[in-house]
Amino acid sequence: MVRLWLSGGWLAILVLAAIFAPWIAPHDPLAQDLFLERLPPVWIDGAEPGYYLGTDSLGRDVLSRMIYGARIALIVAVLAGGAAALIGSTLGLLAGFYGGWTDRIVGRIIDIWMSFPPVLFAILLVAVLGTGLHSVILAIAIIDWTRFARVIRAETMAQSRMDYVASAVVIGRSRLGTLAAEVLPNVLPTLLVLFSLEMGIAVIVEAILSFVNLSISSDDPTWGGMIAEGRTQIHFAPWVLVVPMVALFLTVLSFSQFGEGLKDRIDPVLR
Amino acid sequence: MADPLLQVRDLHLALPDLNAPRLFGPAPQVGILHGLTFDIPRGATLGIVGESGSGKSTLGRCLVRLLEPTGGTILLNGDDITHASPRDLAAHRRDLQMIFQDPMSSLNPRHSVLRLIADPMRLHGIQDADAKARDMLDRVHLGRRFADRYPHQLSGGQRQRVGIARAVGLSPRFILADEIVSGLDVSTQAQIIRLLEELVADMDLTLAFISHDLSVIRRLCREVIVLRAGQIVEAGATSKIFSAPAHPYTAALQSSIALPELDEGWLLS
Ligand SMILES: Nc1ncnc2c1ncn2[C@@H]1O[C@H](COP(=O)(O)OP(=O)(O)OP(=O)(O)O)[C@@H](O)[C@H]1O
Ligand SMILES: [Mg+2]
Repeated sequence: MVRLWLSGGWLAILVLAAIFAPWIAPHDPLAQDLFLERLPPVWIDGAEPGYYLGTDSLGRDVLSRMIYGARIALIVAVLAGGAAALIGSTLGLLAGFYGGWTDRIVGRIIDIWMSFPPVLFAILLVAVLGTGLHSVILAIAIIDWTRFARVIRAETMAQSRMDYVASAVVIGRSRLGTLAAEVLPNVLPTLLVLFSLEMGIAVIVEAILSFVNLSISSDDPTWGGMIAEGRTQIHFAPWVLVVPMVALFLTVLSFSQFGEGLKDRIDPVLR
Repeated sequence: MADPLLQVRDLHLALPDLNAPRLFGPAPQVGILHGLTFDIPRGATLGIVGESGSGKSTLGRCLVRLLEPTGGTILLNGDDITHASPRDLAAHRRDLQMIFQDPMSSLNPRHSVLRLIADPMRLHGIQDADAKARDMLDRVHLGRRFADRYPHQLSGGQRQRVGIARAVGLSPRFILADEIVSGLDVSTQAQIIRLLEELVADMDLTLAFISHDLSVIRRLCREVIVLRAGQIVEAGATSKIFSAPAHPYTAALQSSIALPELDEGWLLS
Protein backbone atom coordinates (compact mmCIF):
# COMPACT_ATOMS: atom_id res chain seq x y z
CA MET A 1 0.00 0.00 0.00
CA VAL A 2 2.63 2.51 1.11
CA ARG A 3 5.01 1.48 -1.63
CA LEU A 4 2.27 1.85 -4.21
CA TRP A 5 1.66 5.44 -3.13
CA LEU A 6 5.31 6.39 -2.73
CA SER A 7 6.42 4.92 -6.04
CA GLY A 8 3.26 6.13 -7.77
CA GLY A 9 3.86 9.60 -6.35
CA TRP A 10 7.38 9.81 -7.72
CA LEU A 11 6.27 8.51 -11.12
CA ALA A 12 3.39 11.00 -11.16
CA ILE A 13 5.82 13.84 -10.50
CA LEU A 14 7.98 12.61 -13.38
CA VAL A 15 5.04 12.34 -15.74
CA LEU A 16 3.82 15.83 -14.89
CA ALA A 17 7.33 17.24 -15.22
CA ALA A 18 7.73 15.56 -18.58
CA ILE A 19 4.42 16.75 -19.94
CA PHE A 20 4.63 20.33 -18.68
CA ALA A 21 8.39 20.75 -19.00
CA PRO A 22 8.27 24.03 -21.00
CA TRP A 23 6.01 25.63 -18.40
CA ILE A 24 7.60 24.47 -15.20
CA ALA A 25 11.29 24.46 -16.08
CA PRO A 26 12.65 27.69 -14.56
CA HIS A 27 15.25 28.13 -17.29
CA ASP A 28 16.07 27.10 -20.83
CA PRO A 29 17.85 23.75 -20.35
CA LEU A 30 20.30 24.61 -23.12
CA ALA A 31 21.02 28.23 -22.14
CA GLN A 32 24.66 28.61 -21.14
CA ASP A 33 25.86 31.43 -18.91
CA LEU A 34 29.52 31.35 -18.07
CA PHE A 35 29.04 33.86 -15.28
CA LEU A 36 26.79 31.36 -13.51
CA GLU A 37 28.83 28.19 -13.90
CA ARG A 38 28.95 25.58 -11.11
CA LEU A 39 26.48 27.30 -8.86
CA PRO A 40 25.62 25.02 -5.91
CA PRO A 41 22.05 23.94 -5.05
CA VAL A 42 20.01 26.25 -2.84
CA TRP A 43 20.84 24.47 0.42
CA ILE A 44 24.57 25.13 0.02
CA ASP A 45 26.21 28.49 0.61
CA GLY A 46 26.86 30.55 -2.48
CA ALA A 47 23.67 29.52 -4.27
CA GLU A 48 22.00 31.93 -6.64
CA PRO A 49 18.21 32.33 -6.17
CA GLY A 50 16.21 30.66 -8.94
CA TYR A 51 18.80 27.92 -9.57
CA TYR A 52 17.35 25.39 -7.15
CA LEU A 53 19.62 22.48 -8.00
CA GLY A 54 22.55 24.58 -9.09
CA THR A 55 24.21 24.78 -12.49
CA ASP A 56 26.74 22.71 -14.39
CA SER A 57 30.15 23.67 -15.75
CA LEU A 58 28.59 25.56 -18.62
CA GLY A 59 26.22 27.44 -16.36
CA ARG A 60 23.13 25.48 -17.44
CA ASP A 61 20.36 25.05 -14.86
CA VAL A 62 20.44 21.49 -13.48
CA LEU A 63 16.77 21.42 -12.46
CA SER A 64 15.62 22.45 -15.92
CA ARG A 65 17.85 19.86 -17.51
CA MET A 66 16.48 17.20 -15.12
CA ILE A 67 12.91 18.12 -16.08
CA TYR A 68 13.61 17.89 -19.79
CA GLY A 69 15.64 14.74 -19.17
CA ALA A 70 12.57 13.14 -17.53
CA ARG A 71 10.80 13.51 -20.87
CA ILE A 72 13.35 11.39 -22.64
CA ALA A 73 13.59 8.88 -19.79
CA LEU A 74 9.82 8.34 -19.75
CA ILE A 75 9.46 8.17 -23.51
CA VAL A 76 12.17 5.53 -23.62
CA ALA A 77 10.70 3.62 -20.67
CA VAL A 78 7.21 3.45 -22.11
CA LEU A 79 8.00 2.94 -25.78
CA ALA A 80 11.03 0.65 -25.47
CA GLY A 81 9.52 -1.27 -22.54
CA GLY A 82 6.18 -1.51 -24.35
CA ALA A 83 7.68 -2.71 -27.61
CA ALA A 84 9.85 -5.31 -25.87
CA ALA A 85 6.83 -6.49 -23.87
CA LEU A 86 4.61 -6.69 -26.94
CA ILE A 87 7.06 -8.66 -29.08
CA GLY A 88 8.37 -10.85 -26.26
CA SER A 89 5.10 -11.79 -24.64
CA THR A 90 3.31 -12.44 -27.93
CA LEU A 91 6.01 -14.89 -28.96
CA GLY A 92 6.19 -16.35 -25.44
CA LEU A 93 2.42 -16.89 -25.28
CA LEU A 94 2.26 -18.54 -28.69
CA ALA A 95 5.28 -20.77 -28.04
CA GLY A 96 4.12 -21.81 -24.58
CA PHE A 97 0.52 -22.43 -25.61
CA TYR A 98 0.88 -24.12 -28.99
CA GLY A 99 4.13 -25.98 -28.26
CA GLY A 100 5.39 -28.15 -31.13
CA TRP A 101 7.28 -26.45 -33.92
CA THR A 102 6.11 -22.97 -32.89
CA ASP A 103 7.83 -23.52 -29.58
CA ARG A 104 10.96 -24.98 -31.16
CA ILE A 105 11.39 -22.04 -33.51
CA VAL A 106 10.80 -19.40 -30.83
CA GLY A 107 13.04 -21.26 -28.38
CA ARG A 108 15.84 -21.43 -30.91
CA ILE A 109 15.60 -17.71 -31.72
CA ILE A 110 15.71 -16.87 -28.00
CA ASP A 111 18.84 -19.01 -27.55
CA ILE A 112 20.59 -17.31 -30.44
CA TRP A 113 19.56 -13.84 -29.22
CA MET A 114 20.74 -14.45 -25.70
CA SER A 115 24.17 -15.52 -26.86
CA PHE A 116 24.98 -11.87 -27.68
CA PRO A 117 26.27 -9.83 -24.75
CA PRO A 118 23.54 -7.21 -24.33
CA VAL A 119 25.58 -4.05 -23.84
CA LEU A 120 27.80 -4.83 -26.83
CA PHE A 121 24.67 -5.70 -28.79
CA ALA A 122 23.13 -2.34 -27.89
CA ILE A 123 26.21 -0.37 -28.86
CA LEU A 124 26.48 -2.30 -32.11
CA LEU A 125 22.81 -1.72 -32.92
CA VAL A 126 22.95 1.99 -32.23
CA ALA A 127 26.11 2.24 -34.28
CA VAL A 128 24.26 0.59 -37.16
CA LEU A 129 20.95 2.39 -36.70
CA GLY A 130 22.57 5.74 -36.04
CA THR A 131 22.20 7.78 -32.89
CA GLY A 132 18.88 9.33 -31.99
CA LEU A 133 15.95 8.63 -29.73
CA HIS A 134 14.22 6.26 -32.13
CA SER A 135 17.26 4.02 -32.54
CA VAL A 136 17.76 3.87 -28.78
CA ILE A 137 14.17 2.74 -28.36
CA LEU A 138 14.48 0.26 -31.21
CA ALA A 139 17.74 -1.14 -29.87
CA ILE A 140 16.32 -1.72 -26.39
CA ALA A 141 13.21 -3.44 -27.79
CA ILE A 142 15.25 -5.61 -30.15
CA ILE A 143 17.53 -6.75 -27.35
CA ASP A 144 15.17 -7.08 -24.43
CA TRP A 145 12.14 -8.85 -25.89
CA THR A 146 13.79 -12.14 -24.88
CA ARG A 147 13.32 -11.29 -21.20
CA PHE A 148 9.58 -11.36 -21.78
CA ALA A 149 9.60 -14.27 -24.20
CA ARG A 150 11.48 -16.60 -21.85
CA VAL A 151 9.47 -15.96 -18.73
CA ILE A 152 6.07 -15.70 -20.41
CA ARG A 153 6.71 -18.88 -22.39
CA ALA A 154 7.48 -20.88 -19.25
CA GLU A 155 4.53 -19.41 -17.38
CA THR A 156 2.17 -20.08 -20.30
CA MET A 157 3.35 -23.68 -20.51
CA ALA A 158 2.66 -24.22 -16.83
CA GLN A 159 -0.77 -22.60 -17.10
CA SER A 160 -1.69 -24.62 -20.20
CA ARG A 161 -1.35 -27.84 -18.23
CA MET A 162 -3.99 -26.71 -15.75
CA ASP A 163 -7.43 -28.31 -15.94
CA TYR A 164 -9.10 -24.99 -16.63
CA VAL A 165 -7.64 -25.15 -20.12
CA ALA A 166 -9.18 -28.63 -20.60
CA SER A 167 -12.39 -27.23 -19.18
CA ALA A 168 -12.31 -24.43 -21.76
CA VAL A 169 -12.17 -27.06 -24.51
CA VAL A 170 -15.17 -28.84 -22.98
CA ILE A 171 -17.29 -25.69 -22.89
CA GLY A 172 -16.44 -25.11 -26.53
CA ARG A 173 -13.93 -22.29 -26.51
CA SER A 174 -11.69 -22.00 -29.54
CA ARG A 175 -7.93 -22.46 -29.15
CA LEU A 176 -7.17 -18.80 -29.65
CA GLY A 177 -10.11 -17.85 -27.43
CA THR A 178 -8.70 -20.07 -24.70
CA LEU A 179 -5.32 -18.39 -24.98
CA ALA A 180 -6.84 -14.92 -24.84
CA ALA A 181 -9.66 -15.39 -22.32
CA GLU A 182 -8.30 -18.09 -20.03
CA VAL A 183 -4.50 -18.25 -20.14
CA LEU A 184 -3.67 -14.58 -20.70
CA PRO A 185 -5.41 -13.29 -17.53
CA ASN A 186 -3.32 -15.76 -15.54
CA VAL A 187 -0.09 -14.65 -17.17
CA LEU A 188 -0.90 -10.95 -16.89
CA PRO A 189 0.35 -10.42 -13.31
CA THR A 190 3.77 -11.79 -14.30
CA LEU A 191 3.71 -9.65 -17.42
CA LEU A 192 2.93 -6.53 -15.40
CA VAL A 193 5.86 -7.12 -13.08
CA LEU A 194 8.21 -7.82 -15.98
CA PHE A 195 7.04 -4.70 -17.76
CA SER A 196 7.67 -2.49 -14.76
CA LEU A 197 11.16 -3.93 -14.37
CA GLU A 198 11.79 -3.45 -18.06
CA MET A 199 10.81 0.21 -17.92
CA GLY A 200 13.46 0.72 -15.26
CA ILE A 201 15.99 -1.23 -17.30
CA ALA A 202 15.17 0.85 -20.38
CA VAL A 203 15.86 4.06 -18.45
CA ILE A 204 19.22 2.68 -17.33
CA VAL A 205 20.18 1.49 -20.80
CA GLU A 206 19.31 4.90 -22.22
CA ALA A 207 21.48 6.46 -19.54
CA ILE A 208 24.34 4.09 -20.37
CA LEU A 209 24.06 4.90 -24.06
CA SER A 210 23.98 8.62 -23.27
CA PHE A 211 26.98 8.09 -21.03
CA VAL A 212 28.98 6.65 -23.90
CA ASN A 213 27.57 9.34 -26.16
CA LEU A 214 25.56 6.92 -28.28
CA SER A 215 22.11 8.14 -27.41
CA ILE A 216 20.63 11.35 -28.69
CA SER A 217 22.64 14.47 -29.49
CA SER A 218 24.86 15.40 -26.59
CA ASP A 219 23.33 18.85 -26.24
CA ASP A 220 19.89 17.51 -25.44
CA PRO A 221 19.46 17.01 -21.74
CA THR A 222 19.37 13.33 -20.76
CA TRP A 223 20.08 11.94 -17.33
CA GLY A 224 22.80 9.67 -18.65
CA GLY A 225 24.43 12.56 -20.45
CA MET A 226 24.31 14.63 -17.27
CA ILE A 227 25.91 11.78 -15.31
CA ALA A 228 28.67 11.54 -17.91
CA GLU A 229 29.29 15.24 -17.67
CA GLY A 230 28.99 15.34 -13.89
CA ARG A 231 31.68 12.70 -13.62
CA THR A 232 34.27 15.16 -14.91
CA GLN A 233 33.12 17.78 -12.40
CA ILE A 234 32.89 15.54 -9.37
CA HIS A 235 35.40 17.52 -7.32
CA PHE A 236 34.11 21.00 -8.20
CA ALA A 237 30.38 20.41 -8.57
CA PRO A 238 29.32 17.00 -7.21
CA TRP A 239 25.61 17.90 -7.48
CA VAL A 240 25.81 17.71 -11.28
CA LEU A 241 26.52 13.99 -10.87
CA VAL A 242 24.49 13.25 -7.76
CA VAL A 243 21.16 14.76 -8.81
CA PRO A 244 20.63 12.67 -11.98
CA MET A 245 21.94 9.54 -10.24
CA VAL A 246 19.46 9.89 -7.41
CA ALA A 247 16.66 10.53 -9.90
CA LEU A 248 17.68 7.47 -11.91
CA PHE A 249 17.78 5.31 -8.80
CA LEU A 250 14.40 6.52 -7.56
CA THR A 251 12.84 6.03 -10.97
CA VAL A 252 14.08 2.48 -11.49
CA LEU A 253 13.02 1.56 -7.96
CA SER A 254 9.63 3.21 -8.40
CA PHE A 255 8.88 1.39 -11.62
CA SER A 256 9.47 -2.01 -10.04
CA GLN A 257 7.69 -1.18 -6.80
CA PHE A 258 4.76 0.33 -8.63
CA GLY A 259 4.47 -2.77 -10.83
CA GLU A 260 4.53 -5.12 -7.84
CA GLY A 261 2.10 -2.99 -5.89
CA LEU A 262 -0.29 -2.62 -8.79
CA LYS A 263 -0.25 -6.36 -9.39
CA ASP A 264 -1.19 -7.05 -5.77
CA ARG A 265 -3.89 -4.46 -6.04
CA ILE A 266 -5.66 -5.57 -9.22
CA ASP A 267 -5.14 -9.35 -9.17
CA PRO A 268 -8.38 -10.95 -7.96
CA VAL A 269 -6.51 -13.97 -6.66
CA LEU A 270 -4.46 -11.85 -4.27
CA ARG A 271 -7.26 -9.65 -3.02
CA MET B 1 -35.66 -45.30 -24.79
CA ALA B 2 -33.86 -48.15 -26.44
CA ASP B 3 -31.48 -46.21 -28.65
CA PRO B 4 -28.42 -45.24 -26.70
CA LEU B 5 -27.02 -41.74 -26.35
CA LEU B 6 -23.44 -42.90 -26.57
CA GLN B 7 -22.27 -46.06 -28.29
CA VAL B 8 -18.71 -47.10 -27.66
CA ARG B 9 -17.32 -49.83 -29.90
CA ASP B 10 -13.94 -51.50 -29.48
CA LEU B 11 -12.41 -48.32 -28.11
CA HIS B 12 -8.62 -48.23 -28.07
CA LEU B 13 -6.33 -45.54 -26.81
CA ALA B 14 -2.57 -45.44 -26.89
CA LEU B 15 -0.40 -42.54 -25.81
CA PRO B 16 3.26 -41.84 -26.47
CA ASP B 17 5.30 -43.48 -23.74
CA LEU B 18 7.49 -40.67 -22.49
CA ASN B 19 9.45 -42.95 -20.18
CA ALA B 20 10.58 -45.36 -22.86
CA PRO B 21 14.24 -45.06 -23.77
CA ARG B 22 14.74 -43.83 -27.32
CA LEU B 23 17.34 -42.15 -29.43
CA PHE B 24 15.55 -41.24 -32.64
CA GLY B 25 12.08 -41.15 -34.06
CA PRO B 26 8.72 -40.80 -32.36
CA ALA B 27 8.22 -42.13 -28.86
CA PRO B 28 6.76 -45.65 -28.80
CA GLN B 29 3.09 -45.88 -27.92
CA VAL B 30 1.80 -47.42 -24.75
CA GLY B 31 -1.72 -48.84 -24.82
CA ILE B 32 -4.03 -47.61 -22.09
CA LEU B 33 -7.50 -48.65 -23.25
CA HIS B 34 -7.82 -52.02 -24.94
CA GLY B 35 -11.05 -52.47 -26.86
CA LEU B 36 -13.93 -51.25 -24.72
CA THR B 37 -17.48 -51.81 -25.93
CA PHE B 38 -20.55 -50.53 -24.12
CA ASP B 39 -23.61 -48.31 -24.53
CA ILE B 40 -24.80 -45.43 -22.43
CA PRO B 41 -28.60 -45.28 -22.83
CA ARG B 42 -30.43 -41.95 -22.61
CA GLY B 43 -31.14 -41.06 -19.02
CA ALA B 44 -28.66 -43.62 -17.74
CA THR B 45 -26.57 -43.14 -14.66
CA LEU B 46 -23.49 -45.17 -15.38
CA GLY B 47 -20.83 -45.80 -12.79
CA ILE B 48 -17.27 -46.41 -13.92
CA VAL B 49 -15.19 -48.14 -11.29
CA GLY B 50 -11.79 -49.73 -11.10
CA GLU B 51 -8.59 -49.41 -9.20
CA SER B 52 -6.23 -46.51 -9.61
CA GLY B 53 -4.55 -46.55 -13.01
CA SER B 54 -7.18 -48.79 -14.59
CA GLY B 55 -8.00 -46.13 -17.18
CA LYS B 56 -11.20 -44.58 -15.81
CA SER B 57 -10.15 -40.98 -16.38
CA THR B 58 -8.68 -41.80 -19.76
CA LEU B 59 -11.93 -43.43 -20.82
CA GLY B 60 -13.86 -40.41 -19.55
CA ARG B 61 -11.68 -38.00 -21.47
CA CYS B 62 -12.28 -40.00 -24.63
CA LEU B 63 -16.04 -39.87 -24.09
CA VAL B 64 -16.04 -36.05 -23.94
CA ARG B 65 -13.40 -36.02 -26.67
CA LEU B 66 -10.67 -34.32 -24.71
CA LEU B 67 -8.65 -37.21 -26.08
CA GLU B 68 -8.86 -38.69 -29.57
CA PRO B 69 -9.18 -42.48 -29.54
CA THR B 70 -6.60 -44.40 -31.54
CA GLY B 71 -9.04 -47.15 -32.46
CA GLY B 72 -12.72 -48.08 -32.44
CA THR B 73 -15.66 -45.68 -32.63
CA ILE B 74 -17.73 -43.43 -30.42
CA LEU B 75 -21.20 -42.50 -31.62
CA LEU B 76 -23.11 -39.65 -30.03
CA ASN B 77 -26.75 -39.74 -31.01
CA GLY B 78 -25.69 -41.84 -33.96
CA ASP B 79 -23.05 -39.32 -35.13
CA ASP B 80 -19.52 -40.60 -35.31
CA ILE B 81 -17.42 -38.30 -33.16
CA THR B 82 -14.41 -40.59 -32.82
CA HIS B 83 -12.10 -38.43 -34.90
CA ALA B 84 -14.24 -35.32 -35.28
CA SER B 85 -12.14 -32.17 -35.76
CA PRO B 86 -12.53 -29.30 -33.30
CA ARG B 87 -14.72 -27.61 -35.93
CA ASP B 88 -17.03 -30.61 -36.26
CA LEU B 89 -17.06 -31.16 -32.53
CA ALA B 90 -18.24 -27.60 -31.93
CA ALA B 91 -21.79 -28.66 -32.74
CA HIS B 92 -21.61 -31.45 -30.14
CA ARG B 93 -19.70 -29.64 -27.42
CA ARG B 94 -22.80 -28.42 -25.71
CA ASP B 95 -23.96 -32.01 -25.27
CA LEU B 96 -20.71 -33.38 -23.87
CA GLN B 97 -19.96 -31.71 -20.58
CA MET B 98 -17.64 -32.65 -17.79
CA ILE B 99 -17.25 -31.95 -14.11
CA PHE B 100 -13.63 -32.16 -13.03
CA GLN B 101 -12.10 -33.73 -9.96
CA ASP B 102 -10.25 -30.67 -8.72
CA PRO B 103 -12.24 -27.45 -9.06
CA MET B 104 -9.29 -25.44 -7.80
CA SER B 105 -7.48 -26.29 -11.01
CA SER B 106 -10.43 -26.64 -13.39
CA LEU B 107 -12.07 -23.31 -12.52
CA ASN B 108 -10.06 -20.41 -13.87
CA PRO B 109 -8.80 -18.64 -10.73
CA ARG B 110 -9.10 -15.24 -12.40
CA HIS B 111 -12.71 -15.56 -13.52
CA SER B 112 -15.57 -14.68 -11.22
CA VAL B 113 -18.15 -17.30 -10.32
CA LEU B 114 -20.71 -15.55 -12.53
CA ARG B 115 -18.36 -15.56 -15.49
CA LEU B 116 -17.44 -19.21 -14.93
CA ILE B 117 -21.09 -20.18 -15.27
CA ALA B 118 -22.14 -17.62 -17.89
CA ASP B 119 -19.22 -18.01 -20.31
CA PRO B 120 -20.21 -21.52 -21.48
CA MET B 121 -23.72 -20.22 -22.16
CA ARG B 122 -22.42 -17.20 -24.06
CA LEU B 123 -20.18 -19.43 -26.16
CA HIS B 124 -23.23 -21.41 -27.21
CA GLY B 125 -25.29 -18.36 -28.05
CA ILE B 126 -27.66 -18.64 -25.10
CA GLN B 127 -29.46 -15.33 -24.50
CA ASP B 128 -29.35 -13.58 -21.11
CA ALA B 129 -26.42 -15.69 -20.00
CA ASP B 130 -25.79 -13.62 -16.87
CA ALA B 131 -29.38 -13.88 -15.67
CA LYS B 132 -29.46 -17.60 -16.37
CA ALA B 133 -26.13 -18.04 -14.61
CA ARG B 134 -27.60 -16.37 -11.52
CA ASP B 135 -30.53 -18.79 -11.73
CA MET B 136 -28.05 -21.64 -11.86
CA LEU B 137 -26.46 -20.38 -8.65
CA ASP B 138 -29.82 -20.95 -6.99
CA ARG B 139 -30.24 -24.33 -8.63
CA VAL B 140 -27.00 -25.59 -7.14
CA HIS B 141 -27.98 -24.09 -3.77
CA LEU B 142 -25.15 -21.59 -3.67
CA GLY B 143 -27.19 -18.41 -3.86
CA ARG B 144 -26.73 -15.29 -5.97
CA ARG B 145 -24.51 -13.55 -3.51
CA PHE B 146 -21.65 -15.76 -4.69
CA ALA B 147 -21.79 -14.32 -8.21
CA ASP B 148 -18.91 -11.88 -7.75
CA ARG B 149 -16.62 -14.15 -5.79
CA TYR B 150 -13.55 -15.85 -7.14
CA PRO B 151 -12.83 -19.59 -6.78
CA HIS B 152 -10.21 -19.13 -4.07
CA GLN B 153 -12.82 -17.39 -1.93
CA LEU B 154 -15.00 -20.52 -1.83
CA SER B 155 -14.87 -23.73 0.15
CA GLY B 156 -14.18 -27.02 -1.61
CA GLY B 157 -17.85 -27.96 -1.70
CA GLN B 158 -18.90 -24.52 -2.95
CA ARG B 159 -16.29 -24.70 -5.67
CA GLN B 160 -17.58 -28.04 -6.82
CA ARG B 161 -21.11 -26.59 -6.97
CA VAL B 162 -19.75 -23.97 -9.35
CA GLY B 163 -18.18 -26.76 -11.40
CA ILE B 164 -21.56 -28.49 -11.53
CA ALA B 165 -23.41 -25.28 -12.43
CA ARG B 166 -20.94 -24.60 -15.21
CA ALA B 167 -21.57 -28.01 -16.78
CA VAL B 168 -25.28 -28.33 -16.08
CA GLY B 169 -26.02 -24.74 -17.14
CA LEU B 170 -25.70 -25.80 -20.76
CA SER B 171 -28.40 -28.46 -20.26
CA PRO B 172 -26.17 -31.00 -21.96
CA ARG B 173 -27.36 -34.45 -22.88
CA PHE B 174 -24.33 -36.08 -21.34
CA ILE B 175 -22.27 -35.23 -18.29
CA LEU B 176 -19.11 -36.93 -17.18
CA ALA B 177 -18.20 -36.57 -13.52
CA ASP B 178 -14.65 -37.70 -12.75
CA GLU B 179 -14.07 -38.32 -9.04
CA ILE B 180 -15.90 -35.11 -8.23
CA VAL B 181 -16.26 -35.77 -4.52
CA SER B 182 -12.95 -37.39 -3.75
CA GLY B 183 -11.41 -34.16 -2.47
CA LEU B 184 -14.27 -33.40 -0.09
CA ASP B 185 -15.09 -34.40 3.46
CA VAL B 186 -17.82 -36.97 3.97
CA SER B 187 -20.73 -34.66 4.83
CA THR B 188 -19.94 -32.37 1.91
CA GLN B 189 -19.69 -35.42 -0.35
CA ALA B 190 -23.20 -36.41 0.61
CA GLN B 191 -24.53 -32.93 -0.19
CA ILE B 192 -22.87 -32.87 -3.58
CA ILE B 193 -24.16 -36.33 -4.42
CA ARG B 194 -27.66 -35.30 -3.40
CA LEU B 195 -27.42 -32.22 -5.60
CA LEU B 196 -26.27 -34.27 -8.55
CA GLU B 197 -29.09 -36.75 -8.04
CA GLU B 198 -31.56 -33.90 -7.97
CA LEU B 199 -30.24 -32.27 -11.14
CA VAL B 200 -30.03 -35.56 -13.04
CA ALA B 201 -33.66 -36.26 -12.24
CA ASP B 202 -34.90 -32.72 -12.96
CA MET B 203 -33.00 -32.13 -16.16
CA ASP B 204 -33.05 -35.53 -17.83
CA LEU B 205 -29.30 -35.75 -17.84
CA THR B 206 -27.34 -38.79 -18.81
CA LEU B 207 -24.52 -39.24 -16.35
CA ALA B 208 -21.27 -41.17 -16.28
CA PHE B 209 -19.83 -41.11 -12.81
CA ILE B 210 -16.26 -42.16 -12.19
CA SER B 211 -15.43 -43.11 -8.63
CA HIS B 212 -13.48 -45.54 -6.59
CA ASP B 213 -16.00 -45.18 -3.78
CA LEU B 214 -18.42 -48.03 -4.35
CA SER B 215 -20.97 -46.84 -1.81
CA VAL B 216 -21.39 -43.63 -3.81
CA ILE B 217 -21.72 -45.60 -7.04
CA ARG B 218 -24.27 -47.90 -5.49
CA ARG B 219 -26.36 -44.96 -4.45
CA LEU B 220 -26.13 -42.88 -7.61
CA CYS B 221 -25.74 -45.28 -10.51
CA ARG B 222 -28.15 -47.80 -11.97
CA GLU B 223 -25.56 -49.38 -14.23
CA VAL B 224 -21.91 -49.90 -13.69
CA ILE B 225 -18.86 -50.98 -15.67
CA VAL B 226 -15.82 -52.37 -13.94
CA LEU B 227 -12.47 -51.50 -15.48
CA ARG B 228 -9.19 -53.24 -15.00
CA ALA B 229 -6.02 -52.38 -16.87
CA GLY B 230 -7.92 -50.72 -19.69
CA GLN B 231 -10.47 -53.49 -20.21
CA ILE B 232 -14.01 -54.05 -19.03
CA VAL B 233 -14.15 -57.05 -16.72
CA GLU B 234 -17.81 -56.75 -15.84
CA ALA B 235 -20.80 -54.61 -16.77
CA GLY B 236 -24.47 -54.55 -15.83
CA ALA B 237 -27.03 -53.36 -13.32
CA THR B 238 -25.37 -52.03 -10.19
CA SER B 239 -27.55 -54.00 -7.83
CA LYS B 240 -26.84 -57.24 -9.62
CA ILE B 241 -23.11 -56.74 -9.94
CA PHE B 242 -22.57 -55.83 -6.35
CA SER B 243 -24.81 -58.52 -4.93
CA ALA B 244 -23.33 -61.25 -7.09
CA PRO B 245 -20.06 -60.20 -8.72
CA ALA B 246 -19.25 -62.57 -11.55
CA HIS B 247 -15.59 -61.60 -11.69
CA PRO B 248 -13.23 -62.10 -8.77
CA TYR B 249 -11.73 -58.63 -9.46
CA THR B 250 -15.09 -57.01 -8.77
CA ALA B 251 -15.45 -58.95 -5.58
CA ALA B 252 -11.97 -57.90 -4.59
CA LEU B 253 -12.71 -54.24 -5.33
CA GLN B 254 -15.83 -54.48 -3.31
CA SER B 255 -14.24 -55.93 -0.26
CA SER B 256 -11.36 -53.55 -0.83
CA ILE B 257 -8.90 -56.37 -0.48
CA ALA B 258 -5.48 -55.33 -1.67
CA LEU B 259 -5.33 -56.35 -5.30
CA PRO B 260 -2.56 -58.55 -6.61
CA GLU B 261 -0.05 -56.85 -8.91
CA LEU B 262 -1.06 -57.07 -12.53
CA ASP B 263 1.13 -59.28 -14.63
CA GLU B 264 2.82 -57.76 -17.68
CA GLY B 265 0.48 -59.60 -20.00
CA TRP B 266 -2.36 -57.22 -19.20
CA LEU B 267 -0.61 -54.19 -20.57
CA LEU B 268 0.83 -55.82 -23.64
CA SER B 269 -2.24 -57.69 -24.81
N1 LIG C 1 -0.52 -38.65 -20.65
C1 LIG C 1 -0.23 -39.93 -20.37
N2 LIG C 1 0.83 -40.53 -20.95
C2 LIG C 1 1.13 -41.80 -20.70
N3 LIG C 1 0.43 -42.55 -19.87
C3 LIG C 1 -0.65 -42.05 -19.25
C4 LIG C 1 -1.03 -40.70 -19.47
N4 LIG C 1 -2.13 -40.45 -18.73
C5 LIG C 1 -2.40 -41.58 -18.08
N5 LIG C 1 -1.52 -42.55 -18.37
C6 LIG C 1 -1.52 -43.93 -17.86
O1 LIG C 1 -2.75 -44.51 -18.20
C7 LIG C 1 -3.22 -45.34 -17.17
C8 LIG C 1 -4.64 -44.96 -16.81
O2 LIG C 1 -4.65 -43.68 -16.22
P1 LIG C 1 -6.00 -43.03 -15.72
O3 LIG C 1 -5.66 -41.67 -15.23
O4 LIG C 1 -7.03 -43.13 -16.77
O5 LIG C 1 -6.37 -43.96 -14.50
P2 LIG C 1 -7.58 -43.83 -13.46
O6 LIG C 1 -8.33 -45.10 -13.53
O7 LIG C 1 -8.33 -42.59 -13.71
O8 LIG C 1 -6.80 -43.76 -12.09
P3 LIG C 1 -7.16 -42.91 -10.77
O9 LIG C 1 -8.20 -43.67 -10.05
O10 LIG C 1 -5.86 -42.90 -10.02
O11 LIG C 1 -7.58 -41.55 -11.22
C9 LIG C 1 -2.25 -45.20 -16.03
O12 LIG C 1 -1.42 -46.34 -16.02
C10 LIG C 1 -1.46 -43.98 -16.36
O13 LIG C 1 -0.15 -44.11 -15.91
MG1 LIG D 1 -8.57 -40.69 -12.61
